[in-house]
Amino acid sequence: MRATVLRNGPSPVSASADSIVEVRGVSKYYGSVEALRSIDLDFPRGKLTSLLGPSGCGKTTLLKIIAGLITADAGTIAIDGKYVSTPGPERAFVFQDFALMPWATVLRNVAFGLELRGMDKTKRENIARHYIDEVGLAGFGDKYPHELSGGMRQRVGLARALSVDADVLLLDEPFSAVDEQNRRKFQEDLIRLRTNQNKTFIFVTHSIEEAVYISDRIVLLSPRPGRVSQVIEPQIDRSVDPERIHRDKHYLDTVEEIWQGLKQYVE
Amino acid sequence: MTLFGYRVPMMASLLVWCLIWEIIGRAHLVFLLPPLSEVLAAAVHLVQTASWQNATITTLRAFVMGMALSILFGVPLGILMGRVKIADDLLGMWVNIFSSAPLSALVPVLMILFGFGERTIVAAVFLFAIWIIVLDTRAGVRHISPSLVEMARSYGASRRALYTKVILLAALPEILAGIRLGLIRGVKGVVIGQLLVAIVGYGALFETFSRNFRMAEFWALTIILFAFALLVAQLIEQAEAKVEYYAGAR
Amino acid sequence: MENSLRAERGAVSLASHSGWRDQSILLRFMSIALFAGAWEIAGRIPVSFAFPTFSDTMVAFVKLVADGSLPTAYLSTLQPLLLGVVLSAFLGVGLGTLCGLWRAGEWLLIPVFIVLQAAPVAAFIPMVTFIYGIGMTAKTLAVMILALPVIVLNTYKAVRNVNESLLVMCRSFLGTRWQTVAKIILPDASPVIFAGLRLGVAAGFVGVVLAELLITPTGIGDLITFHRSRADYAEMYATIGSIIALSTLTLIVLQWIEIRLFRPEKRGA
Repeated sequence: MRATVLRNGPSPVSASADSIVEVRGVSKYYGSVEALRSIDLDFPRGKLTSLLGPSGCGKTTLLKIIAGLITADAGTIAIDGKYVSTPGPERAFVFQDFALMPWATVLRNVAFGLELRGMDKTKRENIARHYIDEVGLAGFGDKYPHELSGGMRQRVGLARALSVDADVLLLDEPFSAVDEQNRRKFQEDLIRLRTNQNKTFIFVTHSIEEAVYISDRIVLLSPRPGRVSQVIEPQIDRSVDPERIHRDKHYLDTVEEIWQGLKQYVE
Repeated sequence: MTLFGYRVPMMASLLVWCLIWEIIGRAHLVFLLPPLSEVLAAAVHLVQTASWQNATITTLRAFVMGMALSILFGVPLGILMGRVKIADDLLGMWVNIFSSAPLSALVPVLMILFGFGERTIVAAVFLFAIWIIVLDTRAGVRHISPSLVEMARSYGASRRALYTKVILLAALPEILAGIRLGLIRGVKGVVIGQLLVAIVGYGALFETFSRNFRMAEFWALTIILFAFALLVAQLIEQAEAKVEYYAGAR
Repeated sequence: MENSLRAERGAVSLASHSGWRDQSILLRFMSIALFAGAWEIAGRIPVSFAFPTFSDTMVAFVKLVADGSLPTAYLSTLQPLLLGVVLSAFLGVGLGTLCGLWRAGEWLLIPVFIVLQAAPVAAFIPMVTFIYGIGMTAKTLAVMILALPVIVLNTYKAVRNVNESLLVMCRSFLGTRWQTVAKIILPDASPVIFAGLRLGVAAGFVGVVLAELLITPTGIGDLITFHRSRADYAEMYATIGSIIALSTLTLIVLQWIEIRLFRPEKRGA
């Protein structure tokens, strides 16, 4: 098995050579429910890291804490060494439910982050057009979200996040509201995009196959309370035909290994 | 009940307004607004008079009859429109027009058709309340999942059983919502009808009080009426809460 | 409060019921013909001495327009109606937005408007005349008393129930408070606000007709009362029919304008 298991158990991990996001001792309670217990994690620059776990493991909560959308009860988040507790221009979020404005065209939706920053209209629309092409929506700029399929809507959400030129992209189960065929296509596109864009991706998912397929690193979270149980680096060669990855032995072995680890948490 | 968490602040702010009313009344700032305490005293006095009791009975009777008629006709009409396309096509437009039209303009017509009496008031309540009941019932029937109807058919439900045991019950939450809105409109209908006819029930009392500038009694009557309208809406809301559990499960 | 949240469903469902406008022209004509036919037959029987036929009513309508009495009456009725509705729209949307965004305002004002919307405020109309006489002011106020509560409440509910995920989205892309209100809350609330405005206009028609029937013998109300007293029933029905038709047309035009100007996403659909 070539998948490298970096560590087991919740012991703090030493920072890898170049990590852009550092999570230290983050805990979160919802009332008396302990959602996250003292999470320590580093996210390497330019890599795609997945937060994977069964429902209730706090993976979305952790992502939203990194995004500054939820405040942690304890612990710190540092981006490039600077502590943050609110949203900032170096991070951009892609929402599970797309969060597109139904009254705005694709173009305006994609340019919205720049519009909020006060960039002038021609300039921001040029940038937006570039990223609309980049995510494969060329020619759809004047459409409204309700005219698009779920997969296309999420591409709009991704283009919006790309266009603000943040270093870290936070994706909260971006494909969960997208149908199976579109999801496969979208995953392939995401792998391609990641090589082009040189950005750091943090990706929340509950699909083991999805995590293994697209991630450089997978952080396994266990539920109640949410803790880091394992960090896995699947060594999969993504330069080959995507169809072959799904039949690749290492791919299948890694999926199986993670499933064996997670099985105990499934009722 | 979560309702309680909301009611408390709401009541509290109404008390503030009552206090302001009392102060304005005491200061004689507005000639037509006596202090609230005086109005409440007048209300206590008013409910003991025979004229109020008679007016209340007349008003309630007209209201109940008008509402009963509008539910009796409105719900079947709504079900018909929800199930039969041609009925919906032909009637939908008119139900929509009447549900938002200035029906108060029709009260003079009712007066010449039904005379200057209780029948006009009953007709006014009916006319104000029925359209929203039809619309909501229709919407309720439309929202029933087709598989529920197919299920009833596949288990051999007769036509009668299909309508009484499946469709009526499945649309009940919307029907009750329609009836609640209908009740609020019905109260407006009874008041507008009586104000325009002006010799029946509360309309006659309003007329007497305002003509003779008996402002404390005028306001007392208004408060009683408002309280009644809110009470009716509240009661139906509780009934709605009872069917909510399966409305949520759909 | 729960009460008020339900009321919105009524308002919204009213707007959504307007699907009949999509149906074919033919069916709409059939529907009108059916109505006119039923009216004509009922008038011929006749069901009552005070029930003119449809054709008599239409003739009376043409006559009223031709002799100028209907246009004159409308001139007097529409002024306070327009003024009252415009004032209510600005005041109502303003107050509603304020209450939706500001908890103290919500606590203080919303219960009052909930009471006013559920209660038969028409009882106040005679009172208004005592204070302001029988002129334009009294009529305008009558319109506002009826139109304002529904506009305030719809705006308030729309602003309060704004799409949570869009708010989070705006925050994550660093929107300021002001940008959130202008670019997310108001656009997201606008369909319900427009529904409230339409309901407000409908209520305004009720208010102005009531005021004219009850207290100020001018305009359309006076025309109705006058023809009733002379037993010109066809003229009376024509006047009443015209105000109902006008209010319906106004609502349709308002919806059309809303879709044309403010809802580009619905235009093609």
